[in-house]
Amino acid sequence: MTLTALIALPLMGAGLVLIVGRVRPSSARVLALATASGSLLLTVLAVTLPAAISTPASAAVPWLLRADGLSLPLIGLTGILGVVAILASWGETRRAASHFALLLALQSAVTTVFLADDLILFYVAWEAVLIPMFFLIGVWGHENRRQAAMKFFIYTFAGSALMLVGLLVVVFTTGEVRMSALTAASLAPGTHDLVFWLLVAGFAVKVPVFPLHTWLPDAHVEAPVAGSIMLAGVLLKMGGYGLLRLALPLAPEAARAAAPLFATLGIIGIVYGAFVALAQTDLKRLVAYSSVAHMGFVVLAIAIGTPLALTAAMLGMIAHGLTAPLLFLLVGQLQDRTHTRELARLGGLMRPLPGWGTVFVFASLASMGLPGLAGFPGELVTVLEGYGAFGWWMVAVAGGIVLAGAYTLRAVRLVAFGPLPAEWAALPDLTFPEALATVPLVLGIVVLGVWPSLVADTVAPVASSIAHALGVG
Amino acid sequence: MSVLRTLPLVVVFVPVVVACLLAVGGRFVGRAAPWIALAGPLFAIGVGTASLDGGASGAVRWLGVGETAVRLGYHVDGLAAIMLLVVGVVSVCVIVFSIGYMRGDRGYVRYFALISLFTAAMAGLVIASDLVGLFLGWELVGACSFLLIGFWYERPEAAEAARKAFMVTRVGDAAMLVGMAVLWRATGTLELDAILGGVGALAPSVVTVAAVCLLLGAVGKSAQFPLHIWLPDAMEGPTPVSALIHAATMVAAGVFLVARTWPLFEASPEARLIALVLGTVTALGAATIALPQTDIKKVLAYSTISQLGFMFAALGVGAWPVALFHLVTHAAFKALLFLSSGSVIHGSGTQDLREMGDLRSKMPITATAWIIGGLALAGIPPTAGFFSKDEVVASVLQAAPWAGVALLAASVLTGAYVARATRLAFFGTARGAKEVHESQWTMTLPLLVLAVAALSLGLAGPMIARALGAESEALSLGIAAVAVGLAAAGAIGGWLLAADGGRREQALPPAFARMWGMVRNGYGFDTLATNVAVRPIAKLARFIDEAVDRAAIDGFVEGLAVAVRRAGALLAGTMNGDGQSYTALLAVGVIVLLAVTVWLVR
Repeated sequence: MTLTALIALPLMGAGLVLIVGRVRPSSARVLALATASGSLLLTVLAVTLPAAISTPASAAVPWLLRADGLSLPLIGLTGILGVVAILASWGETRRAASHFALLLALQSAVTTVFLADDLILFYVAWEAVLIPMFFLIGVWGHENRRQAAMKFFIYTFAGSALMLVGLLVVVFTTGEVRMSALTAASLAPGTHDLVFWLLVAGFAVKVPVFPLHTWLPDAHVEAPVAGSIMLAGVLLKMGGYGLLRLALPLAPEAARAAAPLFATLGIIGIVYGAFVALAQTDLKRLVAYSSVAHMGFVVLAIAIGTPLALTAAMLGMIAHGLTAPLLFLLVGQLQDRTHTRELARLGGLMRPLPGWGTVFVFASLASMGLPGLAGFPGELVTVLEGYGAFGWWMVAVAGGIVLAGAYTLRAVRLVAFGPLPAEWAALPDLTFPEALATVPLVLGIVVLGVWPSLVADTVAPVASSIAHALGVG
Repeated sequence: MSVLRTLPLVVVFVPVVVACLLAVGGRFVGRAAPWIALAGPLFAIGVGTASLDGGASGAVRWLGVGETAVRLGYHVDGLAAIMLLVVGVVSVCVIVFSIGYMRGDRGYVRYFALISLFTAAMAGLVIASDLVGLFLGWELVGACSFLLIGFWYERPEAAEAARKAFMVTRVGDAAMLVGMAVLWRATGTLELDAILGGVGALAPSVVTVAAVCLLLGAVGKSAQFPLHIWLPDAMEGPTPVSALIHAATMVAAGVFLVARTWPLFEASPEARLIALVLGTVTALGAATIALPQTDIKKVLAYSTISQLGFMFAALGVGAWPVALFHLVTHAAFKALLFLSSGSVIHGSGTQDLREMGDLRSKMPITATAWIIGGLALAGIPPTAGFFSKDEVVASVLQAAPWAGVALLAASVLTGAYVARATRLAFFGTARGAKEVHESQWTMTLPLLVLAVAALSLGLAGPMIARALGAESEALSLGIAAVAVGLAAAGAIGGWLLAADGGRREQALPPAFARMWGMVRNGYGFDTLATNVAVRPIAKLARFIDEAVDRAAIDGFVEGLAVAVRRAGALLAGTMNGDGQSYTALLAVGVIVLLAVTVWLVR
């Protein structure tokens, strides 16, 4: 029941927001926030009370949902980001009701992806995610929004079309649509490689795995702040989720064979993303490339494949799902004030914006993987387990960690520290809704950094069974 | 006291809570901030005192799957207790000193919040019973150091120095992370007791690789050659911060790390040799650079690097308890020197030695404190520095005579640079423009406390050795006499060099002046590092961004899109606009996909 409500509530909220928005546009955001908060509450309920989510597979349930250790952390993240995204666009004035309705619809679609146990539902939800995001970028984005929206759409659609073929192969050859009933044994031996690579085509674009990442910076730079938050926070996680949920368990041997390639691409992503981030002159583009680097860690962890490493992959996704949205939120708040993201024009903003600056420095330290904050546990375990699996390649990863410090501290130096240009001297600090939007993310980053078991213990059983299927657990 | 002994985690939690309180309630706290911030260090002193003969331990599961788990624990043994005492005492002195030194600063509360957070992280570092907890504290002290060096963030030099410090130490930290991974694969745990107890069962190559990786982390943190370049710049931070973080505690964490993981180094002669060579090179090299400095804090910064080199040399010959003894006395006398220089800067308004002179007549307490610290640094009896340095030099001479001789040469230079700085600042004629005054009691009182420590800690040698479970070394009278004689000779040389308020240095021949300038710039090592590391990396980053990412990868993708769009438009027989060709493309795509699917599953 609860699971269906998790999907239905934001969707109904979206419709309601549209209707109410016609009559009283000013109420749209309040209603949207109420809906998102309600969903978050439901999510908390679902995550904390296992009894609430035991869905009986009866005829009364029109579709099949399930929530296990892979889903729960991600729907928790989606619930948090749903609230944050609405708070982040609190000041939106252009067709505000549609904006909030699309955000809620997006939340509903993403939640469905993470909860679907039915392959067809999974695919429909997967593609449904694209539509609100396409409009969020294309209508509320910045200068080159149309081109970026189109690139995002075509690129990920091309990937998911291949994924669809893969899913259809599974469905037609096994006659089974329930993920929980499918194992590697259900597939005919000859189709393993085919299914694996078709599925990976869809997931790898979404993650994104190097070199399929170039849609990401464009989409991020042009997206409105709430779009960036959802894009970095949960849409990228769909790729990692798909790999863990479908590609690895269905075709473990193909996954084992592909592991060295994936590890290589992950490590390249870590180092390459960091290098490119170091060269950026636009703050938002810098954060976008840091996502490529961080998701490289997730790809590497998945390639390692041990139970602990797969757990680290999930930790990395949740950590990035908190840190990158916080950074995008801060960049959005900055752009509202300065109307520029050019690093060369910024500086010394700690002085006029002490609240914003403090959170920015905090988010930057979190993004660097500072111990005690969310990024560290996943990266640590990836390096620990990675040395066992891929040996001295971890030196390259360590180099990527150093470079992560370089580009992050460069941003802090150029934005928050240094002399204050006269034109920014009178900027106002964060308003209450703006500050409030940062709170859940800041808290989440600290909690996950101090107590990673909160997520890890949920993921561990599933991670163990996937690793067992892979033959490394 | 016994409560403190059984509940050592207060040394971490109390200052964390204090830091949060100050950060959140800053505007209500105001001038009470330093007094609240004293809570953390006072607990550190309490726990340290109560646990000298060994204290409590405990651990929790932090992250894991099944049997494979990373645990987080603490164990307050003698080594940790000694470090807690050092951290606590120096922190208390620094916080009290800062009441006056930081008065009127707009970041007053932020300052004490950061100091409090630092003491929490440092305490966590020293009581950790596993490498994860140690690394956690290790990185957090680095972050606090970053935020405190950049405390006056608007000054470009401070902002730049903060970034540089964090980056250079991060190079070492990354190596440390690899070392942890090596140990994790070999032993399946990061708990120190398990790792260190099982060193004998590990392959020698594994031990050496792990030890060298950890050593690299220590080299970065303790500013040893070639990762020493961040510490002189770190002097951009407020002077009490330099005393606490960049002299007494954080930079000594490298020495602590090696001591903590000693069995690994004991089993690896290669790692010990690296420590010995780097330590000796650093001790001698940094001492030469300290000599021509004109900034009083830069003298002390290079002096700190040099003294840490002494400790590393001692570690390199296996005398880790001796290194720890020197760490303790150095913490006292170097914190004393830094706080004295802070008092000088506060009272005279300059940190340029050439603008000082005759400060002793206006600042008698500060001058006395500085001179006591200087005598301890030079290793003149009966100060604490005499005892610990004698043990260092004696152990190194015994095991590696060449290194011992180099350390003796460094002792000569130590005497010289400290005497030169002392004469330039406190003697001769006043050259400053500003009216000089002695500092208020909250600043001079910590100086007196540290001066007493710098005078008396030499007697603590046996106690420290006992807490570490080591034999206390007897004083080597012969070596001591030689070392003191050399230091005194160096001091006389330095004193003469500083005649006429530094004009004698300027009157020396041009060839000497060129060399003098080169040494003052740290042999141009900074420029070298910029040219061989920083610039090429930035250049490579731009190349990858422009040529690889935008031109090659994204160019290919965009080109493909254009080609497909043209093909789609051709297939659809129309060329009228994007929207239609995309629709056509999608339609074609879906049909092709369906066909492929049907064929595949036929």
